[in-house]
Amino acid sequence: MPSYTFTLNGSPTTVDVPADMPLLWVLRDVLGLTGSKYGCGIAACGSCMVHLDGAATVSCILPVASVAGKAVITIEGLAKGSELHPVQEAWLEVDVPQCGYCQSGQLMAAAALLARTPTPTDEQIDAAMSGNLCRCGTYPRIRAAIHRAATGEARR
Amino acid sequence: MSPKTAGGMDRREFLRVSALAGTGLLIACREGRGDVPRASGDLAAWIHVAPDGQVTLYISESEMGQGIHTALAQVLADEMEADWTRVRAVHAAADQARYGRQSTGGSTSVRMGYTTLRQAGAAAREMLVAAAAAAWSVPVGTCRAELGQVRHDASGRALSYGELSERAAALPAPRSPTLKDPTAFRYIGKPVKRLDSPDKVTGRAVFGLDTRLPDLSVAVVARPPVVGGAVRSFDAAAAKAVAGVRDVVQIPSGVAVVAGGFWAASKGRDALVVDWDDRGNGALSSEGIRNQLKEICGRGVNARSDGDAAAALARAARRVEAVYDTPYLAHATMEPMNCTAHVRADGCEIWAPTQAPTSTQQTAARITGLRPDQIVVHTTYLGGGFGRRSQTDFVADAVHVAKAIGRPVKVMHTREDDMRAGFYRPVGYNELAAGLDADGWPVAWIHRIASASITEQFGPLRDGIDTSAVEGAANIPYRIPNVLVTYAKPDLPITTWWWRSVGSSQNAYVTECFVDELARAAGKDPLAYRLRLLADQPRHRRVLETAAQRAGWGSSLPAGRARGLAVHEAFGSFVAQVAEISLRDDGTVRVHRVVCAVDCGQVINPDTVAAQMESGIIYGLSAALYGEITLANGGIVQSNFHDYPAVRMSEAPVIETHLVPSGDAHGGIGEPGTPPIAPAVCNAVLALTGKPVRKLPLGKVA
Repeated sequence: MPSYTFTLNGSPTTVDVPADMPLLWVLRDVLGLTGSKYGCGIAACGSCMVHLDGAATVSCILPVASVAGKAVITIEGLAKGSELHPVQEAWLEVDVPQCGYCQSGQLMAAAALLARTPTPTDEQIDAAMSGNLCRCGTYPRIRAAIHRAATGEARR
Repeated sequence: MSPKTAGGMDRREFLRVSALAGTGLLIACREGRGDVPRASGDLAAWIHVAPDGQVTLYISESEMGQGIHTALAQVLADEMEADWTRVRAVHAAADQARYGRQSTGGSTSVRMGYTTLRQAGAAAREMLVAAAAAAWSVPVGTCRAELGQVRHDASGRALSYGELSERAAALPAPRSPTLKDPTAFRYIGKPVKRLDSPDKVTGRAVFGLDTRLPDLSVAVVARPPVVGGAVRSFDAAAAKAVAGVRDVVQIPSGVAVVAGGFWAASKGRDALVVDWDDRGNGALSSEGIRNQLKEICGRGVNARSDGDAAAALARAARRVEAVYDTPYLAHATMEPMNCTAHVRADGCEIWAPTQAPTSTQQTAARITGLRPDQIVVHTTYLGGGFGRRSQTDFVADAVHVAKAIGRPVKVMHTREDDMRAGFYRPVGYNELAAGLDADGWPVAWIHRIASASITEQFGPLRDGIDTSAVEGAANIPYRIPNVLVTYAKPDLPITTWWWRSVGSSQNAYVTECFVDELARAAGKDPLAYRLRLLADQPRHRRVLETAAQRAGWGSSLPAGRARGLAVHEAFGSFVAQVAEISLRDDGTVRVHRVVCAVDCGQVINPDTVAAQMESGIIYGLSAALYGEITLANGGIVQSNFHDYPAVRMSEAPVIETHLVPSGDAHGGIGEPGTPPIAPAVCNAVLALTGKPVRKLPLGKVA
């Protein structure tokens, strides 16, 4: 079995898995990090979204081999210790989650958006967030929470 | 009735208290059947006050996003005078003897649990107060509870609930605890934050698929490609040759490939060779199904017959006729179906994202031969439910595989499995005819429904009528002197199931669109037309008037935009919605704004009500715009979100929800937001294009 090393939430991590195993299943089944979710397996729902070298990336079709040497951040690594990321704070203030299953992916997408576009317009939110499905329909609250995080209101 | 509580059960049975050494105060409360119209579940809970002051509410109903853990905790915490920051809610284990049937559905949790939880909370408060009074040797009446403490104002003393919990547990439960005056409510009626949000924004919330156990296998099941099909034979050699595959076992639903993790199980299944028997269903198609529905539609039995609709129709000054089609729909919860099971000789343990813990327990008992009390069911968080997780097919699969391999196993659906595993919202075919008088007011309404039956799975239909198939149709609220609603049941091998708002999800669309057709034929404004026909229905009128006013009904819109409205009662709540739409260049519909007015009686958490309206609207909008499960060559055509799309961020309308105050009894909120959106959007299309939308999904309308 080949061996792959990457940085996971700041820590060097090595796994011995088949080269074609998607990162999602490495995270969930091999490393036990279950915050990233399986929703579709075809990059159509965004539930499995992580940051790969800072970019929001779906992990369900991302072969682990292509992650070697890169930096992966998952929902478990979004907060800095006990200090939540501004999007997490905003999510709590707006009370975004319903069933919550897609929210890890939504938060990772939103955090990546704000990292490159600190005060996004509605159109920029549409463009950045439309890869993430939510069957509970939390979109209006996600939008409100992103605006809130962007203006720094969530850090009051 | 005097010995009964408002919840309908004997007070002596109502509260049971036990002191478990070192664990504080436990109160059991059990819900009796109240006067809820669709009593689909009993609600039960245990309250635990720990010595450190933590209040835990064990809720027997499932949290699938609808906010029920928070809402029920609000009720309890309010009566208890608990400190909200010390309250948590968790799923109770399945236990029919203790809780009755545990089944979350029909938007019933608050409706059935409200009085019971208030009494339980009040009882806990009185016991804690009595314990403090005894500790201080002062009269009970001189002590009061406030935010997790009991205070004795005269002496300035206070004891926390945690400090009092063990002493309180030794006291008898009050026979008839005094409930708070509603003006003193601290949490009920307030937009309290959800208890589950912190775990859901950090990835810590554990859903079924997140279940982890030592030596846990993962299995996927190869199921027949044709509905109703079966395994003829299979060759496991290639599957077993895949690295990581541990077992290949046949179970009733197909052939399970068991591996150390999902990836190997999935590759093993890809390599598996199965010879399928299609059991004669190989020619089944959506077209054939529609033909059958059309053929039987006129031969239905009467679900409602007022006056003589046929005669009135024949005499009417004008007739309007239409045929409306509604498709099969999948629930498509974000978390695909899954279940983890471990079957041993003397017991079985199950971890499941289930709306039906006790059915889950019984399913496992049936398969294992164990007694229900030997089966422990842990309900995890549910990644959506919408009715789908009231089924136990995924539980049965897991128990069968676990039994066969003797080790713990998680059986999971891929998205494709989930889309094709059956249990769809029934397909429907509707023939409508109305007679209008010379002024355009309806004198006859005939609605003939042919629709696959959910209810027949529970036994023969009473008088040939599937009550859920005609709900929202047989009870149309409009004042029309002659009404005939009939139901005809097809014979189809496709399993149907409750889909968020059930019969109302189709029938609100059909009836509310047809009402707009009548208003148009009469040359009247759809709002004014409805209001006059709803003269006897004040709650319908109030939500309609509120939504219309807030949406600016009648005011001018930019060119290319139009509004449509609809109103519907379901699960004890009344909802009206106004949708504002335009058409894209490709002829598809863009929904810009939805204004929603809801009267759900007494409100526990206004923010949860708003969230559930938003949720119901977007769920219903996904179905209206895109939702359609079709069949070809006996198989389900759709497989994943590329061909069974759902609304995304860029398509989500602005939604405004207005609560219409009402002192009436609690209504449900999980489902009633869904039915009006499809007709509101379609009626806007009618206003914009002049063409009625008689078939869903909408697709291109121009």
